Formats: sequence, C-alpha cells, structure tokens
Amino acid sequence: MRSLGTLFKLRRGRKGRVHVTDVLAYLYLAAGVIVMFGPVLWLVASSFKTPAGLLEFPPTFLPYSQSETLVEGYDDPLPLFDVTFEDGTVQRLAQVRRIGIQATMVDPNDPGETIGVNIDQRESVREIRFAWNNYIDPLQRFNFVTYLRNSVVVTVTATLITLLVNSMAAFGLSKYKFRGRNAVFLVIIGTLMIPISVILVPIYLVITEVGWINNLWGVIIPGAATPTGVFLLRQYMLTIPDQLLDAGRIDGASEWRIYWQIVLPLAAPAMAVLAIFSVMWRWNDFLWPLIVLTRSELFTLQVGLNAFQGELNVQWHYVLAMTVLTLLPVTLVFAFLQRFITTGIASSGVKQ
Amino acid sequence: MQRSEVKRENPLARLGFAIVALFMTVVGWIVEPLQRVIGVRRMPWVFLLPNLAIFGTFILLPMALNFYFAFTGGTELYPQDRPFVGTANFEQLYTCEDYLDVTTCREDRFWRALSNSGLFVFANVGAIVLLSLVTSLVLNANIRFRGFFRSVYFYPVLLSPVVVALVWKWILQRNGLINGWLVNLGLEPIVFLLNADWSMFWVITVTVWANMGFYTLILLAGLQAIPKELYDAGQIDGTGPLQSFRHITLPLLMPNVIVVLVLALIRAVQMFDEVYVLTGGGPGTATLLLVQYIFDVGFAGQVKRFGLAAAASVTLGTILLIATLVQLRVGRGSESHLA
Repeated sequence: MRSLGTLFKLRRGRKGRVHVTDVLAYLYLAAGVIVMFGPVLWLVASSFKTPAGLLEFPPTFLPYSQSETLVEGYDDPLPLFDVTFEDGTVQRLAQVRRIGIQATMVDPNDPGETIGVNIDQRESVREIRFAWNNYIDPLQRFNFVTYLRNSVVVTVTATLITLLVNSMAAFGLSKYKFRGRNAVFLVIIGTLMIPISVILVPIYLVITEVGWINNLWGVIIPGAATPTGVFLLRQYMLTIPDQLLDAGRIDGASEWRIYWQIVLPLAAPAMAVLAIFSVMWRWNDFLWPLIVLTRSELFTLQVGLNAFQGELNVQWHYVLAMTVLTLLPVTLVFAFLQRFITTGIASSGVKQ
Repeated sequence: MQRSEVKRENPLARLGFAIVALFMTVVGWIVEPLQRVIGVRRMPWVFLLPNLAIFGTFILLPMALNFYFAFTGGTELYPQDRPFVGTANFEQLYTCEDYLDVTTCREDRFWRALSNSGLFVFANVGAIVLLSLVTSLVLNANIRFRGFFRSVYFYPVLLSPVVVALVWKWILQRNGLINGWLVNLGLEPIVFLLNADWSMFWVITVTVWANMGFYTLILLAGLQAIPKELYDAGQIDGTGPLQSFRHITLPLLMPNVIVVLVLALIRAVQMFDEVYVLTGGGPGTATLLLVQYIFDVGFAGQVKRFGLAAAASVTLGTILLIATLVQLRVGRGSESHLA
C-alpha cells in the first residue's frame, strides 16, 4: 500500500504540499502527451477506417462504419437503420434503396414485405469495424518486406562501417603525435556543418563514375566518414590515459591490438552514442536515397513510402496503413530502448 | 558499468563480441605485418586511411567539383563536356531589375526560396529554443515519471521525415481533424496546405513538433548538471525562484542554449525532407526552401541545370560557413558543440 501512496504523491522525495506550479507543470506535460502522441494515434486509428469512413466529416477517432446485414432475397449486404415510427416504437430495419427523402426498408427477420420510411425517421446503426484490408491489399504495390530489408541493410551496414572507420580515424588523431595531424583534424572539422545536400550535384557525379547509381552501396558509403563521428570519438578518446597504451606496448601488443583491445572497449559509451546517431540518420535518410535509387526493388522504406503516397495521392486508406507499417519498427525499438537512447543522446550534448 | 556487465551475460551480445573479435583479428593479420614494414611512426596514417579515402572521395572531391560546376553551363553531367561560362550562373541567380521586387529577378524562385528560408529559420529556431527551454525546465522540476515524459517529447524525433509529413498531411487535409474542430466551432474549413497564408505556418509547426524533443534532451542534460548546492545556497540567501532562474540557471545553462541554437540553426538552413513531402514547396512558392530549390533545379526538372544548382549550393555553403563562424565566436569558451 505504501507504493500506491507514493504513486499518488505528485512530488518525488521531499515532503510538502502540492504547489500551484506543480499543477501547471503536470498540465503542461499532459498537453505534451496529447500533442506529441496524438497526431500519430490519430493516424493509427484512421488507418483502420474504410474509404467511406475516411470521407466522413467531421471525422471520428474510432473506425466507426455503417452496420450492414445480409437479407434473404438480396445479393449485397444492406445498411441497417433504427427507424422511429409515428407511434414512438423503434425498429431496426435494413434499407433496400432510397429515392429522395423516401427510403424503402425491409425487416431482416421478415424480408417478404417492404416498408416505406421518411429518411428523417431513420438513424444509421454504426459499429466499430477494423478495415484490415487497408493493410493487406496494397502490399503488392507497396513492397513492405523489400523496403524494410533494404532499410535494415543500409542502416546496419552503414552504422558498422561508420563505427569502424570513424573510431580508427579518431584513434589516429587522438593517440599519436605526427606531422599533419592538426591539418587533417581541421579539414574534417571544417566540413562538420556542410551537409550532403549542399554538394548534391558533384556527389551524384562521383557516384555515377563509381557505378553506384541504383546500388545500396551508393547510399551507404558517402555518409560513412562523418565529421561528427570523428569529432565525438576523438574528444572521448583524448580522456583515455596514454599510460594504458604504453603498458600495452611494453607487453608487446601491436598498434592494431592497442586500438581494438584497449582503446575501443574504453570508448564504448561514445561508440554507443555514435551508433544511436548513425541509426537515426540512416533510417530516416531521404534526399540522398531519393536521388541514388530509382529502381523500386532497391527503395528504402522512406523512399518507397514517398513514391507510394505520390502515385496514390487520393487513396488515403492505403497510404495511412502503409505509413503505420513504416513507423512500427521505430516505435517498437524505441519502446524497448527509450531510456538507453534518451540518456545516450543527452550525454553527448554536455561537456565530456 | 552495470550495463556492460549485463551485456556480457547475454548470449546474443557474446556472439556479437566474438564476431567483432574475429573480424579485428583477421584485419590484424594484414595490419600487423604492415607495422613491421613501415614502422610505428607511420601507423596513424594507416588508421586514418579508410576514413580519409571515403571523406576525400565523397566530400572533399565533390566540394572542389562543386566550384567547377558553378562556373560551367549546359546540361551535361560530366565536367569535360561542360562549357566554361564564367560567372554566368551567379549572374543568373543574383540579377534583379529591382531588388525590392522579387518578380523582377531572373531567378525569382531562388529569391523566394532565400526569403522563405530566412523566415523559416527565424521562426523555427526561435520556437524550438523557446519551447525546448520551457519543456526542459518543466521536466527538470520535482516531478514523477520524468523518464516517461522525456520519452514522450523525444518520440517524434525518431519518426522519419516522410512519416512525420504524412501524419500531419492527414490531420491538415480538407476533411481532417483540425477542420473538424473548425466546423464544430462554426467556422469555415480551410485547406491548410494549399493555402498560401497557412502553409508556411504549418510547415514551421510540424518541423518544430518533429525536432524539439532532441533539443529538449540537450537542455535537460545541462540543467541536471547544475549542482543542487547552488540553489540551496541561494535559498539561504533568500533568493526567489525567478531570481535563482536568472542568476543561477540561465548563466550556467547558456553553453547548452548556444549548442541548441547553433544545431537548430544549421538544421533549419538545411531543411528539406519534411517540407518536400508535406507541401512540395507549394502552393506556388509559398514554402519553397533553399535546398529544395537546389533539388528542383538540378534533379527534379526535365532540364537539369546542374551549373545553376551548384551556384545555389555555393551560396548555401557560404551561409552555413558564416553561421559556423558566428558559432565559433559566440560559443568561444564552451567546448560542448557536439552532436
């Protein structure tokens, strides 16, 4: 019971009454939950609506749709209505057809005889129904499995290469004194702020020369030597005492062994931060893959989703469902690793 | 520390470590004999080689080529096929009959993109700094479930730009949620993203929504690094909450605020993805930003004007360079411009 008590105590730790600023803080945070999660939840809920349900205005959150029933003697399912008669009785009837303000109804239990009803007297029966077809039908054109595989291949390969190449460079720049070291470091740092988008045309030329247009390597390699990564790891490796390396040398370890068996394990926290950044950059990368990849079997999820929404601009029920599929992997990963990710990123922003 | 111990017990992590060790050992078979041949003194270059090879090929070389492109014309991609045209591309970009009237410029889309980017950067960065500051202060207050709320604000950062854009496109469309509210209030529905008065507002709102969680984390980390003793000392001296904010929190948080300011600024100048999917720069040129102008001119159109795109890139690069220099000046004394 004590744990329940602390749950309801709004302030943590210190005893005290709840202050008005606390109330404001929680109001702000509650609003934050709605603003940050709300749009995504709205999308997820909408993705289960039928095309007719999506056209309803004003829209509802849950996927309500008109109830339908099969009536003997009619081929198609008929929409159900609650009809109020003049004497006040209410009966559930199925509508056969409607002309102007006059609807022809039939009792599902007694399909033989039709009843004429003024449309003011009827009210549609609605039920929550999930339109799973939104998810199943478009999979032939939106090749989710292929796009997912491409995205995973690009993200994992690029992150591994980034970690290896950047940590080697950071090791060279932080643990040796040699001529040209400062020049190399300055050149790398000088490009810290230059995004790939600024040099789109010439990178495209280089990739064409190498023959990597419509090749996943063309997406993976250009961004692998990130100045940010080198800088982040170098700053961290500077804090590793050189005596450790000297001890290794005395024991006869080669420089390569010193790099991967002494320095790399000690730099693990910084490597984890770079890994998080790299995964985020690569998974969300859009402009560069959009230029390099033109064959749909090579599309990453982002490019594939963009192409899909472009060609099916009006078919929102499919676009919504495929958007939900695209955001699902990230959401799952985040649900499990959120503490690790948020503390990792927070630690990179402060002085090391 | 505790985390790495947990990792080692996990069989999957152990397999990962074994693979890394195997890979490193195999590479060692090549690198270690090399060390004997060239000597320890040249080893740093071996470590730098892969990074410099990629960096040189895909960043430095293209940067040099970009200058060449900017001074050549035609529609050919290969430099040897491109005629040298001097400063014609820059003249094309910068020539206006009347500099107060964008429509008289030869490349009026470039000027619109430039002014849109200016407005966008100002509003986006301002809103991000303000909102992430307020949010981090609230999260740093004496509250429960801090980890949960922190994750809530961070969640949109993880969503890809295309998903972010589609989420909001759906909410803002003609029959969308916002219009549902407007009609319930008795107002006329607005097609926000096709409305020149509203599209920029929503582009700014959506990009702030998608990115502010990242900056909130940086500021929160800064706030939590401020020693509690300072506030206790302040309380003994009788400072109120507002005073302690002004005289303790704000000065000590300043380095982090500058980090946020600079990172958000650079990101805003480079903005492309979300806006491209959300509005495509439209309606007309209402939300056309600089990077999209480069993309349109160099890649999207039937006629690919690579020279003009490169000249616009040089302009954008210059703007970023100035922003970097300003950062170095303002941020001097704080070495925390990571991330």
